[in-house]
Amino acid sequence: MTTYVVPLILIGALTSAGVYLLLERNMTRMLLGLLLIGNAINLLILTVGSPSGNPPIRGRTSNGETTTADPLAQGMILTAIVITMGIAAFVLALAYRSYRLTTEEEVTDDPEDTRVSKLSAEEASALDVDRLRAEPARDTDLPDELDALPGMDGSR
Amino acid sequence: MLVILFAHAVATAVAPLLVYRWGRMAFYPLAMVPLGSLVWVALNWPGPGRATTANIEWLPELSMNITLRFDALAAIMSVLVLGIGALVLFYCADYFHHHDGHTEKRLPSFAAELVAFSGAMFGLVCSDNMLVLYVFWELTTVLSFLLVGHYAERASSRRAATQALLVTTFGGLAMLVGIVVLGNVSGTYLLSELIAAPPTGIAASVGVVLVLIGALAKSAIVPMHFWLPGAMAAPTPVSAYLHAAAMVKAGVYLIARMSPGFADSPPWRPTVVILGVLTMLLAGWRAVREYDLKLILAFGTVSQLGLITIMVGAGGGDLMLAGLAMLCAHAMFKASLFMVVGVIDHATGTRDIRRLAWLGQRSRPLLIIAVGATASMAALPPFLGFVAKEADFETVAHAPSLGATAPYVLAGIVLGSVFTTIYSLRFLLGAFGRKGLPEPSKRVTEMHRTATTFLIPPAILAVAGLVFGVWPAGLDQVLDTYADTVPGSEKYQLALWHGFGAPLLLSALVLAVGTAAFFGRARLRRLRTARTPLGNADRAYDAALRGLDLVSVRLTASIQRGSIPATQSVILSTLVLVPVTVLALGARTRPEFALWDSPLQVVVGVLILAAALGATVMRNRLAAVLLVGVTGYGCGAIFAFHGAPDLALTQFLVETLTLVIFVLVLRTLPAETDSANIKRYRLPRAALALAVGAAVTTLAVFAMAARTGTPIAELLPDAAYFRGHGANTVNVLLVDIRAWDTLGEISVLLVAATGVASMVFRHRRFGAAPRVADAGPSDTDRASAFTNHSPAVGDVTWLRGSELRDPEHRSLVLEVATRMIFPLIMVLSAYFFFAGHNTPGGGFAGGLTAGLALVLRYLAGGRYELGETLPLDAGKILGVGLGLSAGTAVASLLVGAPVLSSALVQIDVPVLGTVKFVTALFFDLGVYLIVVGLVLDVLRSLGARVDVDVSERQPVEAPVR
Repeated sequence: MTTYVVPLILIGALTSAGVYLLLERNMTRMLLGLLLIGNAINLLILTVGSPSGNPPIRGRTSNGETTTADPLAQGMILTAIVITMGIAAFVLALAYRSYRLTTEEEVTDDPEDTRVSKLSAEEASALDVDRLRAEPARDTDLPDELDALPGMDGSR
Repeated sequence: MLVILFAHAVATAVAPLLVYRWGRMAFYPLAMVPLGSLVWVALNWPGPGRATTANIEWLPELSMNITLRFDALAAIMSVLVLGIGALVLFYCADYFHHHDGHTEKRLPSFAAELVAFSGAMFGLVCSDNMLVLYVFWELTTVLSFLLVGHYAERASSRRAATQALLVTTFGGLAMLVGIVVLGNVSGTYLLSELIAAPPTGIAASVGVVLVLIGALAKSAIVPMHFWLPGAMAAPTPVSAYLHAAAMVKAGVYLIARMSPGFADSPPWRPTVVILGVLTMLLAGWRAVREYDLKLILAFGTVSQLGLITIMVGAGGGDLMLAGLAMLCAHAMFKASLFMVVGVIDHATGTRDIRRLAWLGQRSRPLLIIAVGATASMAALPPFLGFVAKEADFETVAHAPSLGATAPYVLAGIVLGSVFTTIYSLRFLLGAFGRKGLPEPSKRVTEMHRTATTFLIPPAILAVAGLVFGVWPAGLDQVLDTYADTVPGSEKYQLALWHGFGAPLLLSALVLAVGTAAFFGRARLRRLRTARTPLGNADRAYDAALRGLDLVSVRLTASIQRGSIPATQSVILSTLVLVPVTVLALGARTRPEFALWDSPLQVVVGVLILAAALGATVMRNRLAAVLLVGVTGYGCGAIFAFHGAPDLALTQFLVETLTLVIFVLVLRTLPAETDSANIKRYRLPRAALALAVGAAVTTLAVFAMAARTGTPIAELLPDAAYFRGHGANTVNVLLVDIRAWDTLGEISVLLVAATGVASMVFRHRRFGAAPRVADAGPSDTDRASAFTNHSPAVGDVTWLRGSELRDPEHRSLVLEVATRMIFPLIMVLSAYFFFAGHNTPGGGFAGGLTAGLALVLRYLAGGRYELGETLPLDAGKILGVGLGLSAGTAVASLLVGAPVLSSALVQIDVPVLGTVKFVTALFFDLGVYLIVVGLVLDVLRSLGARVDVDVSERQPVEAPVR
């Protein structure tokens, strides 16, 4: 299949611009980056699908083309376009809400991630609370719970 | 066989209900299930070399059919599994009778798990297909996890359950790989065919070792033995069933099943024999040092499993016979002894031998049962244990398969048996002896009376050990049906009396040395090493888990630092590095380049490029949004040139709607973004962005070049026309061929709409947009205040809702135009919707058009106008839409067609003539409604509701008069 240079340049440029915006911390600009990447990927699917041709509608032709454009790629892109709109609406609502609450729109560092990255070796290995050491059985005449392991909880 | 599995499945389902209803008494009817299955086993007993089979096609593509094969070995195992299963369930009824009268919360699920385990174990021993065997195998692992963790409030139980799960699934996964290797090498996944013609070669050896790892982990063979003592945290019936009689025998079973074919495979015999001897000795050594009755038995079990593994795994019919005899003997006496311990624990409240004294005097029946079972364990005549141990000594001494190593193996087994004698005495005297005390210990004095029914199951098993000891010929006959099929049989017979010979001498020696060692233990104690030799495996397990925890925390900390751009950079760098590296290393097709597809692309392309570049540097938000919009419209144009009218139409509509949503939100945000924010890390960001762009482009080039086959797309137009009844292939794709995708997509839209509404409304999302009648006094007052001043207020009402708006925000031209255009847009929307099957359009385009009409009404007339236009709850529209689409899917099922298939319907309507439509139209109507619902929800929340927020925050200044 022949590769056309112009759509390729468009795909690359849109992706780059999108990624550049996505790497910011400002939510609306990140969304804009996402939209640009979305456009790039739609173009990518379209060009990888097939070269241009007649619309995939029975009996329609355009400009004397001889082949039909790939309907499968089009179906996928159509799905992608509409979902992108839904996501844009959601992210915008999120941005609105976050702005109302904090009067800033920047995405701050995730406190949980920061906490994990600061854990020391001992704290990290102490995360599993069920790890325990058996103590020597204590001498007592009180009854144990049924099926308690000696020295563990449930035995006295 | 299927009946048995089905009966167990049903019993599992009803078990919780029965336990809720009847409490612990429900165990009696449940015990009938394995007992009844045992009747089936007896009636269908397979003759030598014959088997009952059942086959159900399941996943033939994966060679995974439910192929069950009930042969001699399966029958022997089934008797143990089902028989002891029935006894254990019977025993449970008394075990869970607590003296203080409390009932256990988790008893219903416990009962279900125990019954399910019995069924899974039966399925395991009957599976001929190895993949199905694996499924049952892991089913028993999971059930064991649940059963061991029965007392989930105890940390020790949770730890034990997790440990058992991790160790056995580790083995199980290795086994799965081994199964796949063996299956691929030999070309069959059926055990019977595999063993009949075992594959050879390195791959087969690797496969065998992997399967062995699974089997040995399950049977608690060193170095994967440590989970079994830990699993003693399970309720004692579970220990008796899973950890003595059934589940730990699964590994042994698999070894016994495969050794006829694979015993001569290079890695097989060394692995099985060395690890078996090692296990027998180490666990025996450990068992003689424990104080907990259950742990003595647990280490004893590990030790015996080592012995059985050697016997059934070394290869040869006589060894197999001896091994199976040992397996049966062990199942009987060990299950019985565990039940005895359960009774002791239940009655006295302790299992510590240091706290028990004079128990034998206080409970004679229990003592008799325990003596019977222990005698079998210690290989005293005339019990089955003796018969089996004799057979072991004799066959190992003369085993051709062991060759020159036979004396060493025999020595190992004899030494291991000495340990068996010692821990048998330790168990019996520790639990029941007087220990030189003048009176019973406190726990024994206070012990509860034991119900007779509680003692029946262990008694039955102990008696069985005696019966088969006196009458070994009966067992011999049964076991021979399998052992004779194993090559290398020399017709050894199980018997109580073989005459004077080496085995008898060895048995006597073992008993004498063991007894002497037990009573001389005070002297031997000085030889004791300070460290426990087997505790290391447990510690290694701990260290391994700690290490994994640490590695995962460190890894998480290094790639996910909390900053979103940093995390994204990691992801995007992966996107650049991994596929490009793979591409550079792999085979590539040389691409052919051409400049452009159509010259118009160049013009649009330049516009898009400029807009994208502008968007990255623009500080003004609205300007950036508009520029991104330009790229979107540009893409729409490219779609149109490409021959994708549907895409172009949808893209234009979506782009417009997105712009509107942006503007609705941007009015609440500052106009410009912080310039410091934009400039931060500018160069690295740009570098990464260019790298990603270049990577995507490169991948696209080679993806296009790699296309060689005929695309499926060429078949679609005809399929769409003749089978989907639509000329527009893209629309038929959406509503018929790939309707599942669309169903998923509209669900996402619904979630997004709900998300938007809940972000903005916070309290409740229900209700329609406000109507004029709902307007509060503040709005109506203001409206009347304007009445005489605004030129927009005339005699004619164009849009009802706009009368409540501030005249400054009103535009007469817009209102009039909206009033005129709105019906036209709605007609267009209906046209797109109905004609979409054959011309560009469809549910999405129709819905988006209707959405734009709503947007127009809202923009021209304000929030009350929105309510006047569509006084419906957005949530309900969304719900009806999804219901309609999903309903179409279900409806086609109901008429017997595959899900989401469509049919052509023709009806004669009086005036219009014949009307043809496709049932996919209803699906598309659902899509249409969901899109309208989404737009309405967005307008209602980001539009109408934010209007209210904004006006509340900035009180309207009094109008200038």
